[in-house]
Amino acid sequence: MTQVKKITTPLDDHQVIQLKAGDSVLITGYIYTGRDAAHKRLIELLKKNQELPLDLKGQVIYYVGPAPAKPGYPCGSAGPTTSYRMDPYTPPLLEKGLKGMIGKGTRSQEVIESMKKNKAVYLGAVGGAAALIARRIKKSEVVAYPDLGAEAIHRYYVEDFPAIVVIDAQGNNLYETEPPKYKK
Amino acid sequence: MREINTTQIKDQIKELFLKANYHIDQELRQRLEEALSEETSSIGKSVLQMIIENNKIASKEEIAICQDTGLAVVFVELGQQVCIVGGDFTEAVNQGVKEAYEEGYLRKSVVDDPVFERKNTKTNTPAIIYTEIVPGDKIKFTVMPKGFGSENMSALAMLTPADGAAGIINFIVKTVEKAGPNPCPPTIIGVGIGGTAEQAMVIAKKAIARKIGTPNPNERYAAMEKEALEKINNLGIGPAGLGGRTTTLAVHIDYLPTHIAGMPVAVNVCCHAARHAEGIL
Ligand code: SF4
Repeated sequence: MTQVKKITTPLDDHQVIQLKAGDSVLITGYIYTGRDAAHKRLIELLKKNQELPLDLKGQVIYYVGPAPAKPGYPCGSAGPTTSYRMDPYTPPLLEKGLKGMIGKGTRSQEVIESMKKNKAVYLGAVGGAAALIARRIKKSEVVAYPDLGAEAIHRYYVEDFPAIVVIDAQGNNLYETEPPKYKK
Repeated sequence: MREINTTQIKDQIKELFLKANYHIDQELRQRLEEALSEETSSIGKSVLQMIIENNKIASKEEIAICQDTGLAVVFVELGQQVCIVGGDFTEAVNQGVKEAYEEGYLRKSVVDDPVFERKNTKTNTPAIIYTEIVPGDKIKFTVMPKGFGSENMSALAMLTPADGAAGIINFIVKTVEKAGPNPCPPTIIGVGIGGTAEQAMVIAKKAIARKIGTPNPNERYAAMEKEALEKINNLGIGPAGLGGRTTTLAVHIDYLPTHIAGMPVAVNVCCHAARHAEGIL
């Protein structure tokens, strides 16, 4: 098995370039959550040339809509949601300095091209490993759009969040390279 | 006549949804362990390990296995000698779902209007209820919280009789191939053949809840299950779609009589978080 790389957020170009498709990583630091509704609002602001409620430079967005937290837990079960729904919104956010995205499933060619151009990485979390992932989320606070409930933009502090580099900043894509090796 | 009170029904539904959302059943846990020992891809192995570990954590801490706690599907087998007293049956089922999702810290994922408002009903109701009248004086419930990452990958084909078993297997494999990593593989594939279009999909969904790995009692259908599973796993999609030999854990086929001119085939895709629970009142 490949070695597990520990990374801390925020990420810079140098860190991003060293991450290769197939690497297992453990992420520590702050990450932001966002799914369909929050992305839509961010893009509307950008279209109007208005300031975003958070500085995306070097940041990582996790596509997630968690379950409610049980009392005494910072966060409920929180596995990744399907990423392709965020594809149309992603390139403008990468232009704003977003360095990483965590989700599940394939990305569009436009997103991959923009990741190469802006040096960003797409990390896969294991869909359905939601209780395991929730344990690595140590703190959670809402930073924007509280009216969206579970879909509001949260800031998580994570320790050793497990993910796999699925598409790296060179455009290598595990979804394309790996399955053919096991095809019969 | 045997009387069953709607309060008992509500309590039963609540208990079953909590159980289903926290605990993966013994057979599926065992099947995942087997898959881990058979998997040849190192990424695939680590994904399966995470899934197994996740299921242990969820069960021990009584938290949701997956944050998508799904639409609340309920299959009811209602004994014809049962008399329901104390209130409205459907309301009791919905109340049970509401209480489970509210008190059990489960995500509410139902929107009222599919096209326009898409406003969350905040209770995870209405439940999707299928009722069958059967002999006897009991009610059997099978509940399935159904996530949509996998539901979205489901498909229906109105094949012709000439397509035969080979055409059906081809459609099943193509559906899984097209889904790729999206339905959180390793999956369980429910297949309904025959009946009408909607009936085929209902039995496909119910087939997912069959004890994993129990073949169809009809040998010819059991052989189709085996062949479809082998062909799917030869696709190489693997756990989480990151390559490997475990794309699907089981194919469960069910069938019904159908029209002389047709052969409906429904494929209902379920993720590894195949949650279901059964109870009898
Ligand atoms: S497809 Fe299943 S495991 Fe994946 S996110 Fe949805 S409910 Fe969870």
